[in-house]
Amino acid sequence: MTESGNTQSIVQEIIAALKDKPGALLPILHGVQNALGYIPAENIPDIATALNLSRAEVHGVISFYHYFRDTPPGKQTIHLCRAESCQAMGGRQLEEHVKSKLGIDFHETTADGKFSLEPVYCLGNCACSPAMQIGKEIYGRVTSDSFDATITNPEASA
Amino acid sequence: MSITIYVPCDSSAASLGANRVAAAITQEAAKRGIAINLVRNGSRGMYWLEPLVEVASAKGRVAYGPVQPNDVSGLFDADFTEGGVHALSLGLTEELDYFKKQQRLTFARIGKTDPANLTDYIENDGYRGLKNALAMTQEQIVQAVTDSGLRGRGGAAFPTGIKWKTVLNTASLQKYIICNADEGDSGTFSDRMVMEGDPFVLIEGMTIAGLGVDATQGYIYLRIEYPHAFDVLNAAIATAYEAGYLGENIQGSGKTFHLEVRQGAGAYVCGEETSLMESLEGKRGLVRFKPPLPAIKGLFGQPTVVNNVISLASIPVILDKGGDYYRDFGMGRSRGTLPVQLAGNIKRPGLVELGFGLTLRELLYDFGGGSASGRPIRAVQVGGPLGAYLPESQFDTPLDYEAFAAIWAVVGHGGIVVFDDTVNMAEMARYSMEFCKEESCGKCTPCRIGSTRGVEVMDDIINGRNLDKNIPLLRDLCDTLLNGSLCALGGMTPYPVLSALNHFPEDFGVNEKATAA
Repeated sequence: MTESGNTQSIVQEIIAALKDKPGALLPILHGVQNALGYIPAENIPDIATALNLSRAEVHGVISFYHYFRDTPPGKQTIHLCRAESCQAMGGRQLEEHVKSKLGIDFHETTADGKFSLEPVYCLGNCACSPAMQIGKEIYGRVTSDSFDATITNPEASA
Repeated sequence: MSITIYVPCDSSAASLGANRVAAAITQEAAKRGIAINLVRNGSRGMYWLEPLVEVASAKGRVAYGPVQPNDVSGLFDADFTEGGVHALSLGLTEELDYFKKQQRLTFARIGKTDPANLTDYIENDGYRGLKNALAMTQEQIVQAVTDSGLRGRGGAAFPTGIKWKTVLNTASLQKYIICNADEGDSGTFSDRMVMEGDPFVLIEGMTIAGLGVDATQGYIYLRIEYPHAFDVLNAAIATAYEAGYLGENIQGSGKTFHLEVRQGAGAYVCGEETSLMESLEGKRGLVRFKPPLPAIKGLFGQPTVVNNVISLASIPVILDKGGDYYRDFGMGRSRGTLPVQLAGNIKRPGLVELGFGLTLRELLYDFGGGSASGRPIRAVQVGGPLGAYLPESQFDTPLDYEAFAAIWAVVGHGGIVVFDDTVNMAEMARYSMEFCKEESCGKCTPCRIGSTRGVEVMDDIINGRNLDKNIPLLRDLCDTLLNGSLCALGGMTPYPVLSALNHFPEDFGVNEKATAA
């Protein structure tokens, strides 16, 4: 099976499992992004047809929510908190360090495809600011040094 | 007999290494042939001590913290499993001043029990509220909530009983209970602590709400940034179904309540209840016009209760001990307790649940111990990104909805973010505008365009351009946002911006304290 054919069958399975839920679009989009890392444009027509929506409506929902992405992410996505509590503990300086260390800005992916960087507005880890999230792991009291150590060896500091 | 050791599974504790500590303890105990029963509890909410390891003893639970994996073998050497003394010894957990001085009603079990264990929940007063509710009429349930004086803990502080009564009195074949778990305010984490540390209390609260207003379906709208809470809630919901606490014929009563967790997708505005319902319906999270009120025409056009996690998690204790019991805590028209969250630049960050009425100063210094950096506290933002910045001269304000309103501030969801004297308040005001611009749903013009113009005006002010024109322009823009926005996002962004300008004009290049508010 071709790669896009394979992707399509994954998406069809997710649609079939979730389409009868009330308000099924977000659960389906989450399902697709969980499986593929993003929501490919070529799968939007299938989702739209299954829910009796227009392609524009599905696209509109994807583009509304910060979390949904229409391009493949890097191998790991770093969500760096920009909110007030983290700013009060040096978050702005950390943000500068992270961007220069990775050589990218927010919403970008490193050239080697290892990391994507996304801003997040609060991880609920405000008692341990500044905070970031990589995959499902949350990291607290992040410093420039601990950031460097974490991206070198994420398991050791989770 | 094996020794019970507690290591929190709370994601903030995990962010400081609790999972690695738990693994190290298991490994070391096996190596030394010591039988232990490792419980992953919620957090006690004393985050400067996390990872906080506790050992059960005859005298109570003995605490050690903050523990790192490389401390573990030393703890075993010091016989910590027998309560032995070590450099990280803290004594009995519940005798720690920070914890002992609290009035924990909603958070009674959090940090004590195993969040995944239904038996533990029931043995610690769980499901007593539901038991009472099952023997009451719907009017009696709603009356108990009204009597408690509980007001919405999400931030708007609307009386919960009145909301429920409206839904109860609106006839419909299908009604819904929505738990707003889109806790997006910076400086807040009490909802997360409840969901990770005591999920059954939320399930019980929602079930009682369903019984009270005749709703058979509930949704927890959970932010995507809380993946651990998602797993804990789903596991607890499955357990509750198996044990007959959810589903059809709850505990043989013939009553039905179904519950499902739905994930948001990183939109702050979806914490606004009408935007949240649009999102649950599978749409862009655009704010709806009100009226109609959600209580009359809410999710899928049906009568809907939308309550915050803390509001719903406070319902079981109210139904267990009575509305009067809860109402006897607090001051003025702010009844019951508020779980305050101390965050940002503070020495002892954490969760403090107390009856309303404590002053900010007591919270910041007696509990919080001052700033983490050791520098003077210059400003605190209370109530999230849409809350006002307060200067030291207002630290004697008691935590009370009306007292805060009187100084043009909000209690909100009870988050307090502390800044020391290195903060630049003009930069913070710019950030507030930028945040509004990022998160605006785009439906109303003041919020959508006003926030963009606000960032530009703040850039001019920060660069010292045309201050005599730009300061009045900023005030004028804030006036438009305040009075012309559809929801609190645009409508309250002026709170942090104007409070920063009014209390810290020197950061804006203005010499005199402005008199305009």
